[in-house]
Amino acid sequence: MTTYFARRILGAIPLLIGISLVSFIFLHAMPGGPDALLARNSRMTAEQLANVRRSLGLDQPLPVQYARWFGNILRGDFGLSFTQFRPVSQIIGERIPHTLRLVIPAILLSIALALAGGILSAVWRYSPADHIISGLSFLGLAMPVFWFGLMLQLLFSVQLGWLPSADMTSGDGSLIAGVKHLIMPVLTLAIGTVAGWSRYIRASTLEVAGQDFVRTARAKGLSERLVIARHTLRNALIPFVTVVAIDIPFFLTGAVVTETIFSWPGLGRLFFDALRSRDYPVLMGLLVYAAILIVVFNIIADLIYAWLDPRIKYR
Amino acid sequence: MPGSTRASSIADAPRLPALEDTARIQPAPSVGYARLIWRQFIAHRPAVIGAIILTTFVLLAVFVPLLSPYSPSEPDLFNQLAPPSLQHPLGTDPLGRDVLTRLLYGARISLTVGVLSSLIAAAIGVILGAVAGYYGGWVDNALMRLVDLLLAFPAIFLLLILFATIQRSLTIVILFLGLFGWLYLARVVRGEILSLRERDFIFAAHALGASNWQLITRHLVPNVMGAIIVTFTLDVALNMLAEGTLSFLGFGVPDSTPSWGNMLNGAASYYTRAPLLTIAPGLAITLAVLAVNFIGDGLRDALDPHVRHV
Repeated sequence: MTTYFARRILGAIPLLIGISLVSFIFLHAMPGGPDALLARNSRMTAEQLANVRRSLGLDQPLPVQYARWFGNILRGDFGLSFTQFRPVSQIIGERIPHTLRLVIPAILLSIALALAGGILSAVWRYSPADHIISGLSFLGLAMPVFWFGLMLQLLFSVQLGWLPSADMTSGDGSLIAGVKHLIMPVLTLAIGTVAGWSRYIRASTLEVAGQDFVRTARAKGLSERLVIARHTLRNALIPFVTVVAIDIPFFLTGAVVTETIFSWPGLGRLFFDALRSRDYPVLMGLLVYAAILIVVFNIIADLIYAWLDPRIKYR
Repeated sequence: MPGSTRASSIADAPRLPALEDTARIQPAPSVGYARLIWRQFIAHRPAVIGAIILTTFVLLAVFVPLLSPYSPSEPDLFNQLAPPSLQHPLGTDPLGRDVLTRLLYGARISLTVGVLSSLIAAAIGVILGAVAGYYGGWVDNALMRLVDLLLAFPAIFLLLILFATIQRSLTIVILFLGLFGWLYLARVVRGEILSLRERDFIFAAHALGASNWQLITRHLVPNVMGAIIVTFTLDVALNMLAEGTLSFLGFGVPDSTPSWGNMLNGAASYYTRAPLLTIAPGLAITLAVLAVNFIGDGLRDALDPHVRHV
């Protein structure tokens, strides 16, 4: 297991270098990159422009700029924000707790709802309950996530006035106020995943339920409850654990839309604001951060799978 | 499709049973492949509903200039945010434009973006996937590492950054959605071809002197067509959603052309005065995506030989 783990980590190194290269090319070599941004600023004289470019290292050839930037991110230094003039790592660090406050409840809620929906519709296959759950899943997958958020706002904030529509700092700071602020963003973040995951659980449960060892369990006289709980679900849920691990980084992506709608001061909102102000160092930092999360969680998913399923041999 | 001509000759010979009874009968051995798939698809009720919804959208989008007296872009400043009425069934937007008219013109954009970008993605995905799966070796290795690398980025981050830095246009949106959408399909095609490559019929074709190109285009890709069509259909839905999200955030299709996504951009400011501005375009996206997904589901069942019921 340890050697397998070490190999996966080593194997990820070329990938991480590739990620840094793509991020750099994306943000520096594009027309309209930081250079063009500075050149558009008409208030600077040519001399001032040259000074700023030199101080930001933009006068160097691109490979030199990349090498310097890459060397810096290895030390955790993502440079200074163009708009806030503070270290990017510090800005990102400040936003992480806010995003986690949103993402963790959303993940837990997604898991709970997907388990309930997926298992129920598999166990009661083709029943009205299955049809309703499947229909809702299809609806959840078809609805644009941002529009679901807007509809929640329209209904619960504007029409009914039950929940605050935005700005998590408003309210009296009590627990109830905090929970009220969380309800709509968490639902919005969870909706797409719940739908996808419950379809997945339904399919994998049905697949396992058709296998010989489940028939054997029934044949030896186990109660239906035990057949489902001990034999079917145990095997059906192993792949689901890895699906959850792989999807976790995408809650961050979903947070771009959700945090923008609900003006939630997390990483997603930071990305959106940096995009509007063309704050390249922040964008690069977030891009690298997101890509690393995806790679790490992919490795975690493989490890969990190897650990949970004794049939998998890891070398 | 081979066999479809034979199928038409048997169509009138035995009387076809009513749809409700088709589940019980065995197919006649001479039924053509195309007809078999068609029957299978028709028996899938959600898929038929999806096809009807989508056809309606397409017809409305094509004929909207004949159906609506209004322009989708010309402002009418004396008629801003009008409530729903006989003249304006869904009211007007902040610039006085008819919401229903814009919604139907928006269908053109959303459907075009969905279909064209998925076609681009499918072309790239099939070619690269087939090449990787067929040739194997370092070609396969290089292409699949590229796929791994690009999959390590959340696509929407890359797209947002691209659209924020370059001049946006409808063509650019279609092009880039296509350029980022081929990864999954390439993996699917590669995997299928990797296993098909070792089958006897490929050895036979090879022994008969078929070239690499012929093997790929005549023998391998046609056998993966089912997976390609299903993935393509689901991609159309995903790309329609992506267009909606990007345009809603203000980084997609330029505002001058109404799309379902950019109609929603800013609509939230008029929640109290004109909630329909928010409700209508989102409902349109949901319905269209639902329809496309249902069709994809029906096609999956129809094209997968393992789940034949008819």
